[in-house]
This record gives sequence, structure tokens and C-alpha cells, in this order.
Amino acid sequence: MSQTVHSSGEQPDENRRDFLTLATTAVGAVGVGCALLPFVDSMNPSKDVLALASVEVNLANIPVGQAIKVMWRGKPVFIRHRTEREINEANEVALNELVDPQSDDARVEKKEWLIVVGVCTHLGCIPMGTATGETRGDYDGWYCPCHGSHYDTSGRIRRGPAPLNLVVPEYEFLTDTSVRIG
Amino acid sequence: MRKFALTAIAAAFAVTAFTGGVAKAAGGDQPAPAAQDWSWQGLFGTYDRAQLQRGFQVYKNICAGCHSLRFIAFRNLEGIGFNEDQIKAIAAEYDIEDGPNDDGDMFTRPGVASDYFPSPFPNEKAAAASNGGAIPPDLSLMNKARVGGPDYVFGLLTGYEEEAPEGFDLADGKYYNHYFPGHQISMAPPLYDEAVEYTDGTPMTLEQHARDITAFLNWTAQPELEARKALGMKVILFLLVLTAMMYAVKRKIWRDIEH
Amino acid sequence: MSAPQWNNKVVKWVDDRLPVISMLHHSAYEYPTPKNLSYMWNFGSLAGFVLVTMILTGIFLVMNYTPHTDMAFESVERIMRDVNYGWLIRYIHMNGASMFFICVFIHIFRGLYYGSYKAPREMLWWIGILILLAMMATAFMGYVLPWGQMSFWGATVITNLFSAFPIIGDPLVTWLWGGFSVDNPTLNRFFSLHYLMPFVILGLVVLHVWALHSVRSNNPTGVEIKTPADAIPFHPYYTIKDLYGMGVFLIFFSAFVFFAPDFLGHPDNYIPANPLVTPPHIVPEWYFLPFYAILRSIDFTIFGIPAKLLGVLAMFASIVILFVIPWLDTSKVRSSKFRPVYKWFFWLFVIDTFILGYCGAKAPDDYFLGIPGLKVIVMGQLSTLYYFAHFLVVMPLVGKLERTKPLPASISESVLKEGANA
Repeated sequence: MSQTVHSSGEQPDENRRDFLTLATTAVGAVGVGCALLPFVDSMNPSKDVLALASVEVNLANIPVGQAIKVMWRGKPVFIRHRTEREINEANEVALNELVDPQSDDARVEKKEWLIVVGVCTHLGCIPMGTATGETRGDYDGWYCPCHGSHYDTSGRIRRGPAPLNLVVPEYEFLTDTSVRIG
Repeated sequence: MRKFALTAIAAAFAVTAFTGGVAKAAGGDQPAPAAQDWSWQGLFGTYDRAQLQRGFQVYKNICAGCHSLRFIAFRNLEGIGFNEDQIKAIAAEYDIEDGPNDDGDMFTRPGVASDYFPSPFPNEKAAAASNGGAIPPDLSLMNKARVGGPDYVFGLLTGYEEEAPEGFDLADGKYYNHYFPGHQISMAPPLYDEAVEYTDGTPMTLEQHARDITAFLNWTAQPELEARKALGMKVILFLLVLTAMMYAVKRKIWRDIEH
Repeated sequence: MSAPQWNNKVVKWVDDRLPVISMLHHSAYEYPTPKNLSYMWNFGSLAGFVLVTMILTGIFLVMNYTPHTDMAFESVERIMRDVNYGWLIRYIHMNGASMFFICVFIHIFRGLYYGSYKAPREMLWWIGILILLAMMATAFMGYVLPWGQMSFWGATVITNLFSAFPIIGDPLVTWLWGGFSVDNPTLNRFFSLHYLMPFVILGLVVLHVWALHSVRSNNPTGVEIKTPADAIPFHPYYTIKDLYGMGVFLIFFSAFVFFAPDFLGHPDNYIPANPLVTPPHIVPEWYFLPFYAILRSIDFTIFGIPAKLLGVLAMFASIVILFVIPWLDTSKVRSSKFRPVYKWFFWLFVIDTFILGYCGAKAPDDYFLGIPGLKVIVMGQLSTLYYFAHFLVVMPLVGKLERTKPLPASISESVLKEGANA
């Protein structure tokens, strides 16, 4: 507003930006800012949503060689009970062959259980290969039908447009056969 | 300025008169329940956690037999001072219906923190059928949903009379209560001395039980109360400062104007 | 008042193509305002502020509200319990409705006292009445959304008013409901309209301000601005005065939101709607009480017109009549300050509306203020009579018969005189 030039020549107090006016403006601005915070925060996950932010999964019913899908925070999580052969496959790859180099050890807590978020890191489709009989891609893991990304038995991206490995969620084994995700 | 203040006072008065009128109009011939002292009243009032926990004990052991508490989840009990492990233990005492499972069947499992308190009856018809046609109301909002609020709830719980007054025609299966509209209530007197065993040495009288459950129900109705008042204090203090400053600026700007 | 020159190149570029900055400059900066406005003139901008607050809180509430009879009540409770600061946003919105009406009612009484409806401000006054009507519709539909007992039964009673009209009444009500009772279709359309109406109000407010700025503000003397000495630029004088008033008002508002959030509401609305049980005493929100009293006070037939229809007509007439008061008021003088007789009638009218409000809150067969023998319904009828008589009899007659006090030659003169007396 200080850009204006009054044609009438009247200039009421305009340039006397004294301390009082400045201080009041500052306090008022802080007030407006604080008043907006609750509105912004109201768009964050609410308490009932946060309460469901972790799920406990019973692993006892998953035979070796099979995988299940569970819902976690509105997204699928793949839990695969890996065979000895799959574990070896995952460990035998040289890291420098990988698009997103990561060792299998860094991606699992227990060798026989692979737990990854089932969302393709390319554009968010759900890769195939969890249910028995679905195509698992060229690397025995998952295959994303949207744009042809292939994941291996450690959920790492091996071929296709996806830039990163399938994300490993935070999880914790409560017992040998139950795990809490989130 | 004077006129402004007068108007503000008049407006406040008018609003008070209106709502006061409304509150009274909603009553019948029953007396207004006596005002009690509650810990959460006043500008700085807060809940007494120990009292809320005793009240929860009363709810769990007595009210829960008939009354649901559907807006309260076990995780909310953090608000009355339970920690995560205690909440897990409390939740696990309840059977929660879940499902369908992979076979398409519903099943029950122990509760977890994110579950809500289960209703004692599967639906309203079942509730009515088990209670002589009267549906026990949900208690989550009880203290906000009755004229008189906590005073009414406390009055009702302590306002039973073993014998209806002479000449009062009490229907079968009804009980005489001073404060219930029409005086005939379907709920049998729920509380009595030593109805619940307190472990903290609080006297186990009917009145104390009633006081505690009322406090608990006030928390279920207004769990935000403490946060609300605390924030309110800050907001009003801030506004007082800002308004005083704006008044000073206003004085300064208007200094040279005859008005 | 020539167009201002802009030094900033961006500002100038925009303004040369769309003179929105010049427009704002004219209307919120250099707008010549009478220098003698009292604090009663604060309530217009306060109402505008509350409108913005209502729209803002409303938008955020909608993010978590579900307009379905099965879930509306639950979703509101979820807002109160689980959504971050949901309780704050909802309590602001709930109490904001009352604050809006407080501001607007004071604003209207201000206009009545100082004759702000008189020529050349009729259009300004009309738009104001339209805003009031739109507000009432919005508030009514908003109250239905939480789907509590008062929501449901308020909606039932008010929509049933339209059944009073002969022939078209029943089909009209069915059409309003989208069914044979207030139900999910009703809730859905009320939600849709409740979201729409505030923006209609906003549009009306723009017209209201536009009209105001072309006829200029009235002032306590009722004498128009005659010389430049009578006026001061809106900024900084009235911006700071409005802001200061807003501070005071916000303290009042906050006291309700934080310390008595349910004081203005009705407990029954915390009971989920139940189409099988009517609450023993249905009362509208306080801001509708005077109109409700007028509706109820007609319990007799005239010329074979049934009481129900008369009541509805009287209620609508109580607002519609405001449209014609620029012509009912025959006085040459605007401000009641210089109208020694009318001034008393004005305050009588104010008291009358308060009595109507009280009557609206009470059951018809109660006694007025507990006075034996004086039924609320009778008092309501007398007050209704005066309500209309004030406009139809008092205004034309007093305007003709009253000897008004001499008017000051100008605003400046009155200011100087008062300064000398003080």
C-alpha cells in the first residue's frame, strides 16, 4: 500500500510507521497465523485413523512358498513366506547389477519372511504375483502389469521403469508367528 | 462507546433470557435437580483422573449391562489416565465381533485399543425386548443431551424413592424417580452402597458411586473439555493484549480528528 | 477523486488491464466516510467477518461430515472427538451462527434507529433484507445437518409450514422432502443448499457494499456528507476502528466457543434423530424465536382463512414488511436523534421483539414471566399486534405529526457542537 501516491495530497499518518503500529501489526499477524493452524492440522490424519495405523498379522497359516496380501493404511502389504531357493536367489545377486542396490539382509528381519508394501514404485499400481498362479515376472518376485516392472524375490526392482525397490514398511515380530506392521 | 457497551450487555442479556426460557420450558412438573459441585466447572476446572477411573469402574460393572457407550473406543481411556498396557488389558477383556473371515463367517476376537465399547444388545429391538419396551439410551453424550447436564444425571441416579408418594399411580415395572420427566422410569435403581468395590479408599456409598459415574459420563460427553479451556485461556489473553494494542493505535490515529 | 497512479510496475500492469486494485483502493481505502460514525457502525463489518469465519469453518467441517441419515450424527461426533481441533472448528461454526445473527440484528436495529433505510438507501436496505432471509434459510438448513432430535423435528415442523398453503401445500411439502417425511433425501438437499447459500450471501454482501459505496454511509445525525470536512478516508480511520471492534467482539465470541460452547444450543440435539419420538418441547434456535412467536400467536381464523395459514403468512409478513418501510416512514428526518417522539416508539419496538423472543421460547399456556392470568399466547398476540402496528400505524402517523428537533447544518457542525458540550 505504500506504493500509492495520493493525488489529493492527503497523507494521514501514513509514513509514521511508529513502533506501536508495527508491534500491533506483528501481534495481529501472529494471531492470524495461529488461528489458521487448527484448520491446517484438521487435515492431518485424525485420531481414529492413527489408531488403525498399525495392524497385527498372524503368520501361522501361511505355508512356505506362499504369500498373502493384508491391508495397511489403505495400501496392500505383501507378506511372502520364502522358500530356501528364493532366499538363495535373493542373496546370490551381485549388488552392482541392481537398479537400486540393497542387500537382502537389509530388507528382511527374518530370512523366511519378506514383508513389502505392494505398491509399484513407478506409478502406484499393485504388482501381480502374490496369489498362487499369478505371473511373478522374470525374477520370481512380482510383476507390475501397468508398465512392466519386474521385482525379484527380495522385492527389488530388476527391470522396467520403476526407479526403486518395493518399500519395506516398519514392522516388528511380536512372536515367531505374529508381526505388527506400522 | 457507552451505547456500544449497553448494546453488548443488552444482547448478552437477551440471549441469556432466551436460553434460560428455553431451558425452563423443556422441563415438566419435576423439580430442577440441585446444582452439585463438579471438579471441571469454572474457568480452570479440570477432571479428577482418579474419579474418572472410579466412574469407569461403575460403568463397566453396572451400566454396561444395559447401556452402550458407542462413541468411546478403548484407546480413548488414555484420557482418564490409563497407559497403553492397561488399555490393552481392558480391551482384551471384551469380545469384539469381527469378520467376515476367509470362510465368510463372523467371528469374535479379544478387543484391541482401536475397538469401540461393544453394545450390550445387538440392536434396538433386542434392547427394547429385554427391557420391557424401554430402550436403554447410549451414554456417550448423556451429560450433554439432558437439560441440567451432570446435575440431572446425578439427581436421577440418587433420586429414586422406594415407594411412590400417596396417590401416585405407578405402572407395573416402573420405578418412582423425583427428577425423571413424569416420575415413572423403567430403569430399576442401578446403584446402591458398595455396588462397586473401590480400591483407593474412597467411600463406597450410593452417592459417591453416582458422583463418580456422572463425572465419567461428563468426560465421555466432553473429552475435549480440558484442552478447550486451556486453549481458551490462551486465546482470550492474547485477544485482550491485541485488542488493547489496537485500541491504543486507534486512539493515536484518531487523535487529530474531531468526531 | 481521480484514479490513483501506481508506481509499482506489476500493480500498474494488472490495474491497467483489470482495475481491481483501483476499485479496492476506492472502496476500502479512500472511501469518504462520515467522521462521526459511532460504534454502532461496527456491526456491518463484524457481520462480514463472521460470514467469512462461517465459510472457512464450514469448508473444513465438510471435509469430515457425511450427509447421510445413518452416518451424519456419527460423523459429527467423529469431528468432535477424533479430528484434530475438530471440536474447535465445530464449536466456532455452531456459535458463529448465533454471533452472525447478533451482529445482523444489531446492524438492522441501527438502521431502523438512524433511518438508514430512507431515500436514497432503499436498495441498500432491500439487499440487506435479502441477506437476512438467506441467512435464515442457511441457518435453518445447517441446524438439520447434525441429525439430532432438534434437527429432525425442527425440519419437520418448519417444512410443514408450507402445507398451510391451500391446494399446493401438500404436494409442495412432499417436493421439499423428496419423500413422505423428512428423511435422507431431505438431509442431502439441505446439505447441498447449506453449502451453496453462504456463497449467495457473499454475492449479496458484495452488492450490499456496492450499493453502500454509491449512496455513502449514513451517520448518527442522518445529515448527508456536504463538504470534504464532513468526511475522512476509510483507511486508516475506520479500518483500525473496525479492527478494534473486532477484537472486542472476538473476546465475546471466544467466551462462548471455549467456555460455554453448548449454552446457545439445545441438549436434545445431542440425541440422534428418532422419527418415532418427538421431544416434549420443540424450540427453534434463539434467533428464530420472535418469528416463531408471531407464527404461534395466530390461533384464530379471519374470513375463513385457517389459523395455520394466517400464522405462516404473518411470520413471512413480519420480514417482508421491512421492504416497504422506506415508504411507511413519512418523516422528513432520518435519525431518531432528532425525533423525540419516534425515539420512544423505537425502543418500545426493541422491547417488543425481546418479548416476542421470550414468548417464542415458552409453551403457549405458560404464564408470561410467571404473572398469574397472563398467558404467553396472549402476550405473544399483543406483541405481534404492536410489531405490525409499529410499521403500519406508528411510522406513518408519527412521521406526520411529530415536531422534530432542528437538524445540524452539517456533520462537522454537529461534531463541533458536541465537542463543545462535552
